[in-house]
Amino acid sequence: MKYILMMNGTKAHFAEYAKWSKQDIEANVAFMRGFSKQLKDEGVFVATEGLGWPDQAKLVRAGKDNVPITDGVFPESKEFLAGYWIVDVESPEQAYQIAARASGAPGPGGVRGNMPIEVRQVLSGHSDLGL
Amino acid sequence: MTTRPLEPAIEHLLRELTPQVLGSVVRRFRDFAAAEDAVQEASLAAATQWPRDGLPENPRAWLTQVAFRRVTDHIRSESARRRRESEAAFEMEQVAPAAAAASESDEDDTLILLFMCCHPALTPASAIALTLRAVGGLTTAEIAHAFLVPEATMAQRISRAKQSIKDSDIPFQLPTSGERSQRLRAVLHVLYLIFNEGYTSSAGPQLRRADLSVEAVRLTRIVQQRQPNDTEVAGLLALMLLTDARRLARTGEGGELIPLAQQDRTLWDRQQIAEGVALLSATLPKGAVGPYQLQAAIAAVHDEAATAEATDWPQILALYNLLKGMSDNPMVALNRAIAEAMVHGATKGLELLDALKDDPRIAEHHRVDAVRAHLLELAGDENGAVKHYQAAAGKTGSLPERNYLLAQAARLSSKLPATNRKGSV
Repeated sequence: MKYILMMNGTKAHFAEYAKWSKQDIEANVAFMRGFSKQLKDEGVFVATEGLGWPDQAKLVRAGKDNVPITDGVFPESKEFLAGYWIVDVESPEQAYQIAARASGAPGPGGVRGNMPIEVRQVLSGHSDLGL
Repeated sequence: MTTRPLEPAIEHLLRELTPQVLGSVVRRFRDFAAAEDAVQEASLAAATQWPRDGLPENPRAWLTQVAFRRVTDHIRSESARRRRESEAAFEMEQVAPAAAAASESDEDDTLILLFMCCHPALTPASAIALTLRAVGGLTTAEIAHAFLVPEATMAQRISRAKQSIKDSDIPFQLPTSGERSQRLRAVLHVLYLIFNEGYTSSAGPQLRRADLSVEAVRLTRIVQQRQPNDTEVAGLLALMLLTDARRLARTGEGGELIPLAQQDRTLWDRQQIAEGVALLSATLPKGAVGPYQLQAAIAAVHDEAATAEATDWPQILALYNLLKGMSDNPMVALNRAIAEAMVHGATKGLELLDALKDDPRIAEHHRVDAVRAHLLELAGDENGAVKHYQAAAGKTGSLPERNYLLAQAARLSSKLPATNRKGSV
């Protein structure tokens, strides 16, 4: 079963991250790289992406005559997706354990973090027999 | 040379030869992981060369030779620190042609491989991947495609599975008679899981996933030919045939699920049903009746009903009662509740469902809500049915199932007075 592990943050969180020291950022980036490598080695990796920061994020809706209506002024408190992993695991518990590892990515001063990781099942295209 | 028409035949031949060749190579080198890699490489080479150059005179000998050479190369590449093996391997190479001939141990080899790949030391996902590759002869890319994961991830999963086998020192031989029956159950369970994984819509990108059901049937047939007296092996094969027979009727044009009662029974595969029924009829009198045979018998009762209304529910209930006495699987209890409702009324079925509330293995499963919704609808409680169809839709991990459950809720909601529709989507 597949799960998506989503790393969310407010605009304030993104702004804070931008002010980390060079060392802290390097440690965090190294952790993320190593983490993806571990998921690949474990045979559970499906996909991962980091997303652009919310500075340029837009909400788009269908307008008249196919002209898109965009909206780009977001409040500070709004949560933004920073990035995600998709893993293929054998139980929800295994997905939670992987999410907890991601949550512990090092923060300022190399201190182990505990950012929230939202875990949601990715729906499959098949249904089991129910036997 | 016309390559196109040859390809399915070559694929079929390669898949058939894979476990036989692998058996020979493992026997020679005693290194399952290296042998398995070598056979996969030999297969890939054959898939490129045979369509171009034509079939070799003895395809099996060709594959075995290539695989032997690959293992030898592999061992040689490590020869600096493993000189002894290298020399042994070189000697092995000289005897390769003899080993390439079919031998009486072929049948055992395929079984031994299945026992290895489905060893309880492996997780189900690892066992499934390894079985499909080592016994089924599928490529890593094909398996990755079937499970919608990157090829590198599947390669890693297979390689870890082989490492586990290596670490746990599982010998290349049939299990002892004492543990044989239990180990055979593990094999059947993995084959069942492969079948289940492929049991899906026949639409669009899911088309290839359906191949997993075909593959599961093929592998189970192989086991059945080698263990013709095991009634549960026959039972599982019959269950697969009788279930797979309904495949075309089970999904609509858009891939939507069509429940048994509404399926177009003219689309059912009569030939497959006949084969399943014949197999089951020959097996049941042998006496050792187990869960797969009972589930096959239930599938047969459904398959033999000309219409949904003509279904022999008392017979199905009797079979579920037997199954319940034999297995502590809460899914059995859940399905039994439906049969109970069909025979003795929805209220009786709902009473059985209530008993499942305290079973942590299933209490939160979407199917409990789905069954409750169905029984509430039968009982005339449409409000309650809508609520549980929606609850089930929120819990399922399957998109076609969610769509089906939401459609059920919507169908009932539209019949309710507007004031009662608040909960609907």
